[in-house]
Amino acid sequence: MGEPLLRVEALRASYGDAPALHGVSLELAKGETLALIGANGAGKSTLLKSICGLVGQIEGRILFKGEDIARCPASRIVRLGIALVPEGRRLFPSLSVEENLVLGGKARRPGPWSLESVYALFPVLKERRRQPALAMSGGQQQMCAIGRALMSNPDLLLLDELSLGLAPAIIKDIYELLPRIAGGGGGAILVEQDVMRALATAGRFVCLQEGHVSLQGDPAAHSRDDITRAYFGT
Amino acid sequence: MTWINAIVQGVLVGGLYALFAAGLSLIFGVMRLVNVGHGDLIVAASYLAWSIVHATGLHPLLSLIIVAPVAAVFGYTLQLGILNHTLGKGILPPLLVTFGLSVIIQNGLLQIFTADTRKLDAGALETGSFALLPGVDIGYLPLLMFATAVVVIGALQFLFYSTGLGREFRAVSDDREVAELMGVDERRVYAAAMALSLAVVAVAGVFLAIRSNFDPFMGPGRLIFGFEAVIIGGLGNLWGTLAGGVILGVAQGVGAEIDPGWQVLAGHIAFLLVLAVRPRGLFPRIS
Repeated sequence: MGEPLLRVEALRASYGDAPALHGVSLELAKGETLALIGANGAGKSTLLKSICGLVGQIEGRILFKGEDIARCPASRIVRLGIALVPEGRRLFPSLSVEENLVLGGKARRPGPWSLESVYALFPVLKERRRQPALAMSGGQQQMCAIGRALMSNPDLLLLDELSLGLAPAIIKDIYELLPRIAGGGGGAILVEQDVMRALATAGRFVCLQEGHVSLQGDPAAHSRDDITRAYFGT
Repeated sequence: MTWINAIVQGVLVGGLYALFAAGLSLIFGVMRLVNVGHGDLIVAASYLAWSIVHATGLHPLLSLIIVAPVAAVFGYTLQLGILNHTLGKGILPPLLVTFGLSVIIQNGLLQIFTADTRKLDAGALETGSFALLPGVDIGYLPLLMFATAVVVIGALQFLFYSTGLGREFRAVSDDREVAELMGVDERRVYAAAMALSLAVVAVAGVFLAIRSNFDPFMGPGRLIFGFEAVIIGGLGNLWGTLAGGVILGVAQGVGAEIDPGWQVLAGHIAFLLVLAVRPRGLFPRIS
């Protein structure tokens, strides 16, 4: 199998005095989609943010393509090929749809994604490209946030709570596009409240509970009871 | 006619106030930093221009060829070396550090240039005028100041909304963390904003030095006018800042027409009235 795309080793992270991760280890192979599940406060978002370089106080190692990026600034990590679709989308309100996308491409990594290919994936963004990003509906904003992350042509795409606040029909549309979004030889980590959807989409899962890995493996190899226990810690 | 004249002259002076304010407005908009040393930086630019004019005999306006780049480089370095370290830790550290900067600049200028007042002589530009209406004469210098303010603010507006750097200014202002995720190095973006702010400060400083006598302790007064213009116009809105400068200038002009002693007070009263009626200013972009 060779070297994993991402390897997290004994990662500890904290905000101020409040620890959020207590020694998390996981691996992700090239081309793999991993579902990261867990209750609120289990540390899923913290783990994604740590990988992107947004958490100041971390211990342990984060190896991306063999290089330890645990102490790299976020603006460098995106150049190495990691992009995040943040929870709540966090589009830039004073930028137009197209400006949001263009800024997403600032890292100028070569690859298949460009304004044209993002517009081909989400045609509605092209229609609305001159509008302020927040003038669009929630689903369209989520498309813009995904497009913005793709613009950097990441090798590893981190998706945080894609379905939050969206109508079920929109969620279904976005998940149908997910293989095209996360495909292309890179890897993806999917954080999702909707556990069943995440498990159905991903080839493997990691369940976090209070900052620890409580269960991981192939979704089909574990019973729902096992997963529920790992999720809630009963 | 004296009233019309007071208003017209007030509008033109408002251009200078807008120049005092534009750099403040820019910095606050990009990084929410209130630069208490802004007025002193303007006065320091005046002294730099004065020194260059006296050493080389250049026309005061041409001294900008040197003063503006020097100020911009100083701003870039100041931001990277000091001010960036004060950000993100609450509102107090940048206030204290720029207050300290203000004290250092004032006393440094006093040490080097003494407390004597100075002035730059721009020759015929200062005295020339034409009659707009009977009893309303427009001086070339005030007109040039106002036109410069319009051009500077128009240029900043263009930069903010139509260039890649401006896109990054707006992005870090919206969401610093996500901008970093896109590969924006916010320390350099802030430094570029401060460089730009100080280039405008250089323009303001040269006009200040041509228009009136100046001394090392004039900074805080210019800072107040700048603040008032920014707040009257509404935070984060550059054209609003020009409007704020004009309102301040007109209020002062009308106040002075009533009684010369009321000039500055009338400006402050106009400011307080706007704050009372529209606490966020007239055209706010930032809440």
